[in-house]
Amino acid sequence: MSILIDASTAMIIQGFTGKIGTFHAQDMINYGSNVVGGITPGKGGQTYLGRPVFNTVKEAVRQVGAEASIVFVPPGSAADAIMEAADAGIRYCVAITDGIPTQDMMKVKNFLRRFPESERMVLTGPNCAGTISPGKAMLGIMPGHIYVPGNVGIVGRSGTLGYEAADQMRRLGIGISTSVGIGGDPINGSSHRDIMEKFEQDDETKLVVMIGEIGGPQEVEAGIFARENMSKPVVAYIAGLTAPEGRRMGHAGAIISSSAESAAEKVARLKELGVTIAPTPSAMGETVATVLARIS
Amino acid sequence: MDIHEYQAKEILSGYGVKIADGGLAYSPEQAVQRARDIGGNVWVVKAQIHSGARGKAGGIKICKTHDEVEAAAEELLGKRLVTRQTGPAGKVCYRLYIEAGTNIARELYFCFLVDRESERIVMVGSAQGGMEIEELAENDPQAITRIYIEPAVGLQAFQAREMAFALGIPASMLSAAVRTIKGCYRALRDNDASMLEINPLVITASDELIALDAKMAFDDNALFRQQKISELRDKTQEDPREMAAADRGLSYVGLDGDIGCMINGAGLAMATMDMIKLAGGEPANFLDVGGGASPERTEKAFRLVLADEGVKAMLVNIFAGINRCDWIAEGVVEAVKKIDLKIPLIVRLSGTNVEEGRKIIAASGLPIMTADTLAEAAEKAVRARNEMVAAVAAQEEN
Repeated sequence: MSILIDASTAMIIQGFTGKIGTFHAQDMINYGSNVVGGITPGKGGQTYLGRPVFNTVKEAVRQVGAEASIVFVPPGSAADAIMEAADAGIRYCVAITDGIPTQDMMKVKNFLRRFPESERMVLTGPNCAGTISPGKAMLGIMPGHIYVPGNVGIVGRSGTLGYEAADQMRRLGIGISTSVGIGGDPINGSSHRDIMEKFEQDDETKLVVMIGEIGGPQEVEAGIFARENMSKPVVAYIAGLTAPEGRRMGHAGAIISSSAESAAEKVARLKELGVTIAPTPSAMGETVATVLARIS
Repeated sequence: MDIHEYQAKEILSGYGVKIADGGLAYSPEQAVQRARDIGGNVWVVKAQIHSGARGKAGGIKICKTHDEVEAAAEELLGKRLVTRQTGPAGKVCYRLYIEAGTNIARELYFCFLVDRESERIVMVGSAQGGMEIEELAENDPQAITRIYIEPAVGLQAFQAREMAFALGIPASMLSAAVRTIKGCYRALRDNDASMLEINPLVITASDELIALDAKMAFDDNALFRQQKISELRDKTQEDPREMAAADRGLSYVGLDGDIGCMINGAGLAMATMDMIKLAGGEPANFLDVGGGASPERTEKAFRLVLADEGVKAMLVNIFAGINRCDWIAEGVVEAVKKIDLKIPLIVRLSGTNVEEGRKIIAASGLPIMTADTLAEAAEKAVRARNEMVAAVAAQEEN
C-alpha cells in the first residue's frame, strides 16, 4: 500500500472542463489513474474525456464512488471547492490552485477541523504539484516519467525542486513510494509532519526525504516528530540559504520573518534532531543513497 | 502589499478608531497650510515611506512653529531615508503627513497578524509601547499578551476586554478600548490585511485612546477582490524591476550578486541560487518564470534579468513539468538573437520535451553553454562569470 492514493483510488477533477483541468485530467488518465469523472457546476449530465460530468461533488460520490479529488478551480472560488469536497465525504483532496487568499485558507482549515478525525478529509496544497505513487496513480501535475517505483517517500513544498530530487534519485537507481507536494503557501492543508506520520506507517517506505524552504515552523516541527516518533531515517534539504530577510521568495510562505525561519537556522535545528542534511541541492540523491546503504 | 501610514489611518478611522487631526502634503507650502488648518501649537511632520522605524532614521520631526514645519518639509521631501527595514538602498519620501501634536500619557503596543502555527489571526499587545516588538519579545516575553481569534466567529468582546486589561487601560476607558480593538479587527478582516500594527497606541493626558502610528500590509493573493486597497499602491516605494516583473506575471527579487538567474518554480529557484553560492558565486536575482511559460514570456523574463547592468553571467535552469523545454529554448534563442548578448549564458533543461529543447539550442548555433545537472550548471556559471570579470579587468589594464 502506498500512502494517500493507489491504483484503485476513484478520482474526480474539480474544474474538469476548464483549460488547465482538461490538460491535467488527460495527463492523469494517460498515466493510468482511476479518473471516474469531474465536476463543473451547470454541465452535469455531459460526458467529457470519456468520463461523466457532475454538478456537485456529492453526486460524484453517490454515483461513481469518488474518493479523491483534485482542485483546478480559480483562486476566488477554490476554498469553496475544497469545502464542498470535504462536505461530500471525499477522503483525500489535492488543491493545485495558486493564489488562494490566506483568510480563505483559515476558513477551510477551520471547516475541516469540525469533522471527527476518522471522517476528516486529508487536504494537501494549495499551490502544490500534487501526489504521485509511481506505477500506480498520479493525482497531480508532475511529469510522471521522472518517478520510478521504489521505497523512498518524498514530501516537499516546491513542485520543481521535488522533480529535481526524484530525478537525482532516478539517475542513481532509487525509486519513490509516494511523492507528496504540500505547497508553498503560508497556510496549507497538510504539514511536513502530517505526511511524515503517514510515511512512518507505510510498509513500502523505508526512508523519507523532506524538501523544505525558508519561512514558517513546519520543517522543525517535522524534525521533532521524526526524533520522537519515527523509526525510519529522514533526509532533508532546506532551500533559501541566499534568501534575504523580509523578502518574499516567490512562494507566499517563503519569507523569513524571524531568525528561526532562515535556512541556516532550520538546518542547524534539524541536525540537532538527528535528521541527515543534504548539504547542497545537487546532493539530495547521493545523500539518500548513502543513508539507504547504511540501513539495508 | 504595503500602504502608507496616512492611508492606514484613513481606513482605521472609517472603523471608529481615533486618530489625531492630520493632513497630507506634497510640498512645504502645503505642509504649512495643513498645520494652519489643524491649528494648535505643536505639529509632527512625518515622512510617508513604506517602512517602520522612521523616527530613528530622522523621518519624524516635531515642530513648534509654522517655519519649523516648512523647514522640516523642505528637508524631508525627496530625501532618501535608510531605516532598519528598508535595506541600504533606503526609500525616497515624496509625501508628508502633518499631524497635530499629541499629549502622551502612556504608550502601548498593539497588533494583529496571521499566525502560521495556529493558522489563525492572533492579536498581540503589550503595555510597554513605543519599542519594537522584536526587542520586547527578546527582553521581556512576559510583557506580551497573545489572543487567538476563532475564524468562524471572529473577535469577541470578551477577547477585546481581556486585551484592554492586559494593556493596563483604565476601566473608565474600557468601552473606548473595546471599540478601538474591534474596529482594528474589522479593518483587518474586511480588507484582507495580513498585518495591522499600532505602535504606539497611546493614552493621552485627556484620557483618549489614539492610534499614533499605523501600519498595514495586505495579502497579495486577495487583492483581486480588494479593488480599493489595490488603488492605494504607491509605486514610488517599490523596486521598479520587481514591479515590471509583477506586471508580466513573473516573480522577481533583486539581490546584490552578479549571476543572473531564470528558473521555474520558487523552490528550485532558491535551490539554484544556493548552488551558485556554494560554487563560489553570488546570485543577482531571484526569478520564477512560473508554470506554462510561453516563448514570449521566456523572452520577457530574459530581458528583465539582463536589464540589471551588473549581471556578468546568466544561468537558466528549467525543470519542466507543466512547462515545455522546447518553448523555453525557443524563447531563450529568440531573446539572445534580438539582444546581442555580451555575457556568457548557461542553460540547463530537464523534464518535459527536454530532447526537443536541447536540439533547438544546439541548432541555433549561438554561443550557449549547456549543462546536464544542477551542480554542473552552477559551476559553469560561476566559472564563466569569473572569466568574464578577469577579461574585463585585463582590458582595463591595457
